[in-house]
Amino acid sequence: MEAIANRYEANLDWEFAEPNLTVGVSNVYDCLLALRDDPQLVFEQLIDLCAVDYLQYGCESGQKSSKKRYAVVYHLLSVTLNYRMRVITWLDDDSPYAPSIVNIWQSANWLEREAFDLFGIIFTGHPDLRRLLTDYGFVGHPFRKDFPVSGHIEMRYDEMKKRVVYEPVTIEPRVTVPRIIRDEGYSGRDS
Amino acid sequence: MKVTVAEIRNYTMNFGPQHPAAHGVLRIIMEMDGEVIERLDPHIGLLHRGTEKLAETKPFNHSIGYMDRLDYVSMMCNEHAYVLAIEKLLGLEVPLRAQYIRVLFDEVTRILNHLMWIGAHALDIGAMAVFLYAFREREDLLDCYEAASGARMHATYYRPGGVYRDLPNKMPKYESRDGKASSKTEERNRDRDGSMLDFLLAFTDRFPACIDEYETLLTDNRIWKQRTVNIGIVTPEDAMQYGFSGPMLRGSGVEWDLRKKQPYEVYDQLDFRVPLGSTGDCYDRYLVRVEEMRQSNLIIKQCIRWLNGHPGPVMVDNPKLAPPARTEMKQDMEALIHHFKLFTEGYSVPEGQVYTAVEAPKGEFGIFLVSDGANKPYRVKIRAPGFAHLSALDAMSRGHMLADMVAIIGTQDVVFGEIDR
Repeated sequence: MEAIANRYEANLDWEFAEPNLTVGVSNVYDCLLALRDDPQLVFEQLIDLCAVDYLQYGCESGQKSSKKRYAVVYHLLSVTLNYRMRVITWLDDDSPYAPSIVNIWQSANWLEREAFDLFGIIFTGHPDLRRLLTDYGFVGHPFRKDFPVSGHIEMRYDEMKKRVVYEPVTIEPRVTVPRIIRDEGYSGRDS
Repeated sequence: MKVTVAEIRNYTMNFGPQHPAAHGVLRIIMEMDGEVIERLDPHIGLLHRGTEKLAETKPFNHSIGYMDRLDYVSMMCNEHAYVLAIEKLLGLEVPLRAQYIRVLFDEVTRILNHLMWIGAHALDIGAMAVFLYAFREREDLLDCYEAASGARMHATYYRPGGVYRDLPNKMPKYESRDGKASSKTEERNRDRDGSMLDFLLAFTDRFPACIDEYETLLTDNRIWKQRTVNIGIVTPEDAMQYGFSGPMLRGSGVEWDLRKKQPYEVYDQLDFRVPLGSTGDCYDRYLVRVEEMRQSNLIIKQCIRWLNGHPGPVMVDNPKLAPPARTEMKQDMEALIHHFKLFTEGYSVPEGQVYTAVEAPKGEFGIFLVSDGANKPYRVKIRAPGFAHLSALDAMSRGHMLADMVAIIGTQDVVFGEIDR
């Protein structure tokens, strides 16, 4: 595993006994391919692929984080060797492009479509990058942190027009419990 | 010379989104060559509720109830993955009794799920009776859910640090409509005199015979075999490419069960076997799931035996996570403060990212949780087994007849709560 990390200029660290491999976006395709085909690792399965928007990471509401904004996280599983691994790649803030890995694992197909739909990450080389979960004709990427939970439009059936109509939302976004970050040692682990 | 060629045209057909065989709201655009499927394009997301986004806006405990509503026929298993993720971040050790209770209910849930599946799957391909038989047993298990948590389906019973409360000492009973004792009411209240565990133990004694009944209806049934044998064959290599897990993977003969391979809670101390298929068709997956019900039944028995002999706490003794007892709250100011903080702000979870997975009835149900140290999760990604299975529907159905596609949807055991999230 270290050999692969070195070859692709990746950074290997452990968190909660789970290996994390942080790799640059230009190397991520080759790195994942190597992880699948390495006889000592054999990650046959891509269990999960998801995007994370780090816009407000570590901040209370309204502020911006200094981290890069988007990351794509891959969870790999080796059925033969009974082993898991997480691969993280950070993307550019204004051009969130990542290489599609559908050629490596078929299961990436819908997962990449989902990440595109919800976060607007473009997977270059994907055979069919369409929206997956949101409505036909939906505008925007709802899981980005700057997209309001209440959305932008609402729909109802119009009795006069005899069809469904879309209108701007009428509900106000409301925070019932504020987001609070306490100092070290407040959480249950140390008390 | 003029040559005329008969015009052969593929049809594009729409299936769903409201169709009884779609197991929810699935819309499929099918390209058909006569009755043979050339290509499928499933359109999902009609039940998308943004659960992951909603979880980001709420304190950790508020989202446990949302987990029930993902895969709404295997409720407690979903909660399990979520609370395991929080516990891993907090570094919590759960009391042993709570671990056994969780395993007990995970297996009850597995039976609930497989009963729902066997009923719906059989109904889809023409066997009406199994549905009615399966629901008879589901009712008893849902009563156990209700006795333990207060809700028949969406239990919200697991909590980070244990379970919400200990198992009840008595089962709720039926009352006759006019208040007079009748033999019918007595019959329905059979086994309900003791505790919930006694009721469940009586259930596990009679359940194997019930499975035999379903098998009598299906296993050697000529129509059932014609509809499932050699339909939707998946090779082990393909199954892994598509990210299959659970019975879908085991049906193809891959020996993989998280309960055995990466045991969580007390699964490493329990005795059970993992059934495998050989050809990877719908019939094999049917056999795998039926055997899983029998094995779950054995696990439940072992858990009941242990739970009966080992009373103890079911929640960690940590006032930052566990609400104080009501009586304590009325006397002790500390307890009152803890209660107030817990139910307004919640608790903060240390910064970090974890992935936890459980062997849910449908496969690997995982939670990827990112916390930045706040009282709300920063990102929750739900890894639903059905999502990977349904994404392979196109590949599994190509070259099959339209009616076989229904059998394949059935064997995938899809539930749109978890696929659309």
